[in-house]
Formats: sequence, structure tokens, C-alpha cells
Amino acid sequence: MAKIVIRDLTKTYSGGAVVALQDIDLQVAPNESLCVLGPSGCGKTTLLRIIDCLIGRDRGDVVIDGNLVTQPRPDVAVVFQHFGLFPWKRLEENIAYGLELRGNSRQQISAIVERYVTLIGLKGFEKSYPHQLSGGMQQRAGLARAMAINPSVLLMDEPFGALDAQTRELMQEELLRILETEQKTMIFVTHSIDEAIVLGDRIVVMSCRPGRIREIFPVDIPRPRKILSVRAHPRYIELRNAIWEMLKSEQEQNPSGDTRHEPAR
Amino acid sequence: MSRRAKVRLLSLIIVLALWEFYGRRVNPILFTYPLAIVRAFIALVFSGELQSYMKDSLLVLLYASILSVLVGVFFGVVMGRYAIVEWAADVYINALYSMPMVAMVPLIVLWFGFKVPAKVIIVFLFMVFPILINTYQGVKDVDRNLQEVARSFCSNEAQLWRHLIIPSALPFIVVGIRLAIGRGLVGMIVAEFYTSVTGLGYMIVRYANAFETDKLFVPIVVVMILGVGLMWLAKWVEGRIAPWRNFDERE
Repeated sequence: MAKIVIRDLTKTYSGGAVVALQDIDLQVAPNESLCVLGPSGCGKTTLLRIIDCLIGRDRGDVVIDGNLVTQPRPDVAVVFQHFGLFPWKRLEENIAYGLELRGNSRQQISAIVERYVTLIGLKGFEKSYPHQLSGGMQQRAGLARAMAINPSVLLMDEPFGALDAQTRELMQEELLRILETEQKTMIFVTHSIDEAIVLGDRIVVMSCRPGRIREIFPVDIPRPRKILSVRAHPRYIELRNAIWEMLKSEQEQNPSGDTRHEPAR
Repeated sequence: MSRRAKVRLLSLIIVLALWEFYGRRVNPILFTYPLAIVRAFIALVFSGELQSYMKDSLLVLLYASILSVLVGVFFGVVMGRYAIVEWAADVYINALYSMPMVAMVPLIVLWFGFKVPAKVIIVFLFMVFPILINTYQGVKDVDRNLQEVARSFCSNEAQLWRHLIIPSALPFIVVGIRLAIGRGLVGMIVAEFYTSVTGLGYMIVRYANAFETDKLFVPIVVVMILGVGLMWLAKWVEGRIAPWRNFDERE
């Protein structure tokens, strides 16, 4: 059975004037990594927000584990593009946030936090505040905070979009490594084709205004993956070109689908 | 010593010296001079009078501060969180904040007498509104992205206050408290003028009526120092709180 089922989903903004998403039908298998790709403003982030019920929808259903989603679920964690760390909390307190809300005991929390601090390579920075950390470190903390509550679904909203190219690749590598040990169903929104191929089992390419699913590409590159071996794989170039052609035609058909960002909420 | 500190010290010495020199030539009923104030201060301390009155004043100020911080922060957050409360209450709160609170003093005395509770209520009324309004503004200022993070992690309302709203609004609350302290001191003295049984305000009234101008100046100077000290303390706290705010510009 599919882990996440999205049926006939439609979302409009400005009282129906802007159709952000139209008739989205999508199924995500358990432990699948699904990447969502599309021009800016095609409703990728909106889709993610609706799946976690952070914003409402006009029509359609989101079903996780057979249950209709009507409010944010405790087993769904989001990693935000803006990191979303609390500036008054130390790194370890930020990672502990979700656990604390769930009422875990002190010992449990510190054990889990320590595990993830090590896993994301931030040992020695537990007492630092977010403003003392680099962007890459902050996003690692955001990832650790999401992973710490042991969610079954991980929603990633362009999590590496604000990072420089090098840090971004390191984070991708790290995420690949983490996902090998921890089984998660992941939906990863990005506008980097490369990132989508490296991380995804399938890639959803979306069209713009209204946001629709244009095509779904299976990424038939075996796991475990490393960035360099993925890029060296013959399928990488083929996929990259195919997706690029599709995005380009999408852009040409829709010159108004410019670099504008999708509505914030 | 920096140049600034030198100029400050020099200015202080000159002003005190001039005051001492010319103060001595004025009728002691109308005015006094620094050394006389020091003598009066020592006398009032040795008789225990100053400490006892000061203790009464400070207790009133302390009770009213605690009360106004609790009430002001609570209702500030509630008003910031629930639009319906804001719409229903903001007219009264703005009206009460804008009006000179002194006008309420006779009414409070009429209702609550002139013991400690009445004074605490008066000082509370002076203090609570700046705290409430600043807290409200702090709540309105809470980062929408972080609110979304809290919702995503299924935070309940109490956890939202504790982990997000109060810490985020804290710098605003501290500014509100600083404004409130100044008003609270005014309230304290006015309350004691009116209820005339104890406190520094009562000391002022009593020695003024007795034409003991040197003793009259002792509580005045004490209140002044108190004001400066408390403001300095609040400023210090303000500077230490929320160091991340200096990094707002950073991407």
C-alpha cells in the first residue's frame, strides 16, 4: 500500500484568481525518495505545505497510512528552506525541540540529541546558538531536528537552496548516507535537476500556472549512491537531458512563469 | 579615565560647588545645600526613619512590578494571539494608556482606602499598560516562519507560548518594563502623597509641611538615585538579552 496518497488536489490563491495546484494525483511508496522539480512558482512548496496540513486545500485529499490528513501529523517532519531554528535556543535545544514537545524524558532526549549531533557531524557545537553557525551547519541542525522525532515521512522544502554549491553537495552526500541507515519516506522539493537525480527514486516534473504534474521520471540508478558515481552513471546524462528539455519547453510555453517565487502562504 | 568621564566628573563638581556656595545664602526654609542634605541623610539613617519609609515604598513598587509584569505579559500575549480579544479590548487599553493615570488616584483611594493594597493598585495602573502594549507588539512581531515550524511539530498553545512567543517577545517585554519603571516611580510618589501614612512620598509631604527643607531633599535624592539605578539595570538587561538580534541582517 502506498505511504502517501494525494488525490485530485487543487489549491488556489487570491480567491481563486491564482491556481497554484490543479488536479494533483500522486502516490508515494513506503521508504521512497520522491523529488519534485519545476520552475519557480509552480506550487512545489505549496504542495509540501498541504501535505503537512500547514495550509488548507480547495479540493482533494491527502492520505497518509490510510488516514486522511486534517492537521499536522506528529510522524511527519519538515525541513525548511529558511532553516527555521529558534535563535534563542542552543543547537542541542533546537534539535531537542520536537522531542520536548512530545514529552520525552531528559535522558531520552539527551541520548537522541547526542546521536544526531554526531550523525550530522556537529559534535562540539552543541552549545552554540544558530547565529554563531554557518548556513550549512544550521541546515544540518534543521535536518537533525526533523530526524530526531523519528518521523516516517520527511518533507524537504528546498532545504539546500540557500546553501553555497559546495556545502550543498556535502549535505546531499550526508543525506544519502543518513537515508541508508534510517528508512524514511521522503518528498524533496528542489529546483536543481542534479539534486533530484542524485537523491530521488522518482522525479516529478511539474508545470507552471496552474501547477500540474507534467511527467514522472523513475531514476533507475542503483543504491547505495554516491554523488560522483551517480554523475558518472550513463542514465544520469540521459535523465538530465530529458528533464532539462521538458523544463525548457515548460518555460517557453509559459514565459510569465518567471523567476518569481511562489506565494509565501 | 576617558575624556567623557572627566568632563562629567568636572561638571558634577562645579554644579555641587555652586549649589553649596549659593545654597548657603538662601533662607533654609526655601532651599538647602548639599552638605546639609548629607547631614540630614545621616540623621535620618541613624534614626532608622529613612530605611523604614523606603522599605514601605520599595515593597509597594515590588508588588506592583510583579503584578504588572504578570498581568501585562499575559494579556499582551492573549491580545496578540486572539484577534477577537484585541478588537474588543484595544480601545480601553489605548485610552487608559494615554490618559494621565494621576486622574484615577482619588477614585482608587475612594474604593480601596489608603493602605498598601490601594498603593499597589495605583502603581500597578501606572505600570501595566506599557508592559501590556509592548508585549502585544512583540507577539505581533513573532517570525511567521517559526510559527509554521511550531505548527509542523504539532505544538500546543502552552508549548507555543513557552518555546516561541515569550522568548521572541522578550526584548519587547524588557523595553516595556523599562518604560513602566519610570511611570511606576511617579505612581509610587503620587500614591504616597495622597494616602499620606508612610513611604518616601509621605516623607516629602511631611518635611515640606514642616519647612525642614534639608530633610525634604533626602527622599527626593533617594527617589532620583532609585530611578537612575533601576533604569540603568533595565538598560543593562536590555543589552544582554537577545544577542541574536544583532545578527538580523545576516542571511
